[in-house]
Amino acid sequence: MMQQPIVIDDRKSDLSKEVLLHSAQDSSLCFQCGKCTAGCPVAFAMDLTPNQIMRMVQLGLIDDVLNSQTIRLCAYCSTCSVRCPRNIAVADVMDSLRIMAAERNIPGTDRSRKVNIFNQAFLDTLNMFGRSHEVLAMLLFNLRSYQPFHNAKLGLKMFNNGKIKLKPDRVKAVNEVKEIFQRINRLRKGA
Amino acid sequence: MQRIGVFICWCGSNIGGVVDVPAVAREAAKFHGVVYSAEYKYMCSEPGQEMIVSAIKEHRLTGVVVASCSPALHEITFRKNIARAGLNPYMLEMANIREQCSWVHQHEPEKATKKAIDLVRRAVAKAGKLEPLFESTIPVTKKALIIGGGIAGIQAALDIADAGNEVVIIEREPTIGGKMVLLDKTFPTLDCSACISTPKMVSAAQHPNIKIYTYAEVEEVKGYIGNFSVVVKQKARSVNSKCTGCGTCWAKCPTKNIPNEFDLGMSMRKAIYIPFPQAVPNRPVIDRERCRQFVKGKCGVCKKFCPTDAIDYEQGDEFVTENVGAILVATGYDLIDWAKIYGEYGYGKYPDVITGLHFERMVNASGPTGGKIVRPSDGEQPKTVVFVKCVGSRDEAKAREYCSRACCMYTAKHAHQVLEKIPGSQVVIFYIDVRCAGKAYEEFYLKTLHEGAIYTRGRVSKIYPEGNRLIVKGADTLLGRPVEVVADMVVLATAMIPAEGSADVARTVGFTVDKDGFFQEAHPKLRPVETNTGGVFLAGACQGPKDIPDTVAQASGAAAKIIGLLSHSEIAGEPTIARVNEAMCSGCLACREICPYRAIEPKEIVERLPGKQVTRVVASVNSGLCQGCGACTVACRPGALNLKGFTNEQLLSEVDALCL
Ligand SMILES: Cc1cc2nc3c(=O)[nH]c(=O)nc-3n(C[C@H](O)[C@H](O)[C@H](O)COP(=O)(O)OP(=O)(O)OC[C@H]3O[C@@H](n4cnc5c(N)ncnc54)[C@H](O)[C@@H]3O)c2cc1C
Ligand code: SF4
Ligand code: SF4
Ligand code: SF4
Ligand code: SF4
Repeated sequence: MMQQPIVIDDRKSDLSKEVLLHSAQDSSLCFQCGKCTAGCPVAFAMDLTPNQIMRMVQLGLIDDVLNSQTIRLCAYCSTCSVRCPRNIAVADVMDSLRIMAAERNIPGTDRSRKVNIFNQAFLDTLNMFGRSHEVLAMLLFNLRSYQPFHNAKLGLKMFNNGKIKLKPDRVKAVNEVKEIFQRINRLRKGA
Repeated sequence: MQRIGVFICWCGSNIGGVVDVPAVAREAAKFHGVVYSAEYKYMCSEPGQEMIVSAIKEHRLTGVVVASCSPALHEITFRKNIARAGLNPYMLEMANIREQCSWVHQHEPEKATKKAIDLVRRAVAKAGKLEPLFESTIPVTKKALIIGGGIAGIQAALDIADAGNEVVIIEREPTIGGKMVLLDKTFPTLDCSACISTPKMVSAAQHPNIKIYTYAEVEEVKGYIGNFSVVVKQKARSVNSKCTGCGTCWAKCPTKNIPNEFDLGMSMRKAIYIPFPQAVPNRPVIDRERCRQFVKGKCGVCKKFCPTDAIDYEQGDEFVTENVGAILVATGYDLIDWAKIYGEYGYGKYPDVITGLHFERMVNASGPTGGKIVRPSDGEQPKTVVFVKCVGSRDEAKAREYCSRACCMYTAKHAHQVLEKIPGSQVVIFYIDVRCAGKAYEEFYLKTLHEGAIYTRGRVSKIYPEGNRLIVKGADTLLGRPVEVVADMVVLATAMIPAEGSADVARTVGFTVDKDGFFQEAHPKLRPVETNTGGVFLAGACQGPKDIPDTVAQASGAAAKIIGLLSHSEIAGEPTIARVNEAMCSGCLACREICPYRAIEPKEIVERLPGKQVTRVVASVNSGLCQGCGACTVACRPGALNLKGFTNEQLLSEVDALCL
């Protein structure tokens, strides 16, 4: 896949602009110094380095970018943003790309797919209780990723040590949190 | 018999910390001819110098040896110093016991002391053979001649003339202005090139101290610093000085469709023409190869219509001699003929593959397209424009090894112009490096990036047509992937090379060129506007690829040097030059071939032999031209040539002192 030529023709891509709208970050400013990649604590696990992602955004390689593991493995630690000599908040670009992938229902592959499932499971518990609930999140993650007994032993140990609880903690204004989620869904549909 | 005084310097601990200075002084006192020997902490200081002066007087010294640092640092100091005591300044010999001894032998003081003694012995031996030398005085003609009327030549001319000196400009084209008048806007400020250069052209033309020869070349240069005699060839213009530039002739001239060189062939001119409306001087020339009067022998239209009777078909080349004190070469650059070299870019077969200079003419509002960027093939506005940098530069295999320095910046400028003038356009720039080292240059490049130019790191390997478009194949080496661009037009940033005929200029004037054919400066850092030939200076792109700010800075620098030279009514000639012993000279003139400064000329002498008189040829050294390099002394088989201050006898005495 990597050896396919990049074709630049009249079909100009708006990827750079879309990223700009989402993140308020102008990726065209990147001059490929590689400092973001050099400092990224997750780069070792990524399929594309952060500066390659920036370059691909410049070139409009939307499929490569949105299908990459990198945008989901990014921990949003923001080391890159702090270090970028062009003042680009690279982490915000990553975040925007994650959102753009989600909007297009691109699930990602391998590890990055699981990251997606985990994020969703986490958000679902938030939606239910207004606060995260580890046990349910773990359960949902295991079921949705077809590995029901994944980390079960570790979970039991944590339960015995009182680190996780079966009964969820609920915030008082659960409904208000739910309302936030609904509003986001409405906005998405409207957009 | 010489009476030599030796003065050994400690240079603080620089020498004294390693070399046993008092021991050296004691030894020196024993050398042949030495009548006085002393040491001191800092010989170059005021008390140190006083010590030398009083010793010369007290001990009636005839020669002085100072053992201290390098003569490069203080030879002049000590020469002046002994002159104060009434000695000829050239009766000084130095021994370098710092750079050549204490500094390099810090960890072996005993050996260093021994070596210092040897070095002093050598110096004393030479001092015994020294003879007084006298500087000659050379009168200076207060006039400068500038070859090349580009921005470099014009700027220098204005500076030199404003300082009150006469200036002559020799320009081979029909107008002055050089490449700068071809340009549209100039980076990094994007001010209009003509708006800032044509007023300078006019000021030069109107300056009372400046005389301009256009359509002229330098035929011959004789003489030396302060006294050059230059023969200028004024090519036949076929239009005399009565011309008022009214324009009737080229309006009436019946020829047409002759490609105008000024627009790189993108517009047409007549056989009688001025290159562009703001040409200076505003006087046409007849292109005799295209003029019907010359080709067919009949026409005479321009002559008939000229209201001032300025047309002169009979005019021939004229030769004028100008006597000047300094010469500035500012012949600029040309662009490499890429079409001959780059088959992969189509050998110039595809009309929509153009150079940066074509692009400049195109975006220029007074250019052939009135400022519209269009494809040469069909006149359509391009949507996707590709720029290829370093074409012919940084390419040892095919063309030139060096970087042309201006193209990174003008490509950023061109990219900006495309994006600004053509809405919805797309620009892809293939580069190896982006080199924007200059004040406000990086900012300019970043602005172009921000405007959306797609910089792609990689060199284009092929351009080929597909339909009426061009496919440009390159790579994005940052992603490690091939890139293909479907382009409407490709602009090549081609290498700057020395202007055509540069080598002839260097030969005629008499100075050296570097490995790439650019003019060689005397020192890359410390003497950037001088050549190795006294009185000959250089400025602008003829010395190496350069943009306008650097060109103008160098031109003003060269002007300052020339103003300095012309401010003297006479200058001192170095006495350390070659001398011919005519009695020994066999007249073979091997030396003439060797001399890089063309300082050796044949001379006839009359000799009285028993019973008859014979005339024979011997070598003679032109004291103005000789730079004292000594090459001729090696070439001379009978040993008739000697460099004053470094004679064979003096050098051999040094060798004996060290080796025997
Ligand atoms: C496409 C392009 C765009 C550029 N854009 C910019 C820009 O935006 N900003 C910038 O700073 N620089 C720019 N440059 C660089 C700029 O053109 C040069 O820096 C500048 O022209 C150098 O001036 P010069 O006087 O040394 O040489 P030239 O302009 O080449 O002038 C030399 C003169 O000498 C004459 N000559 C040559 N040989 C002889 C001879 N034997 N006898 C008599 N006369 C002779 C020539 O006819 C010419 O008039 C650009 C260059 C290119 C190619
Ligand atoms: S924010 Fe993401 S891309 Fe940036 S350094 Fe952290 S993990 Fe890497
Ligand atoms: S640190 Fe900034 S400029 Fe450098 S490669 Fe990363 S995004 Fe680009
Ligand atoms: S040559 Fe005569 S007609 Fe032509 S511009 Fe000069 S004055 Fe006018
Ligand atoms: S200035 Fe830039 S484009 Fe020109 S040769 Fe140098 S690196 Fe290449």
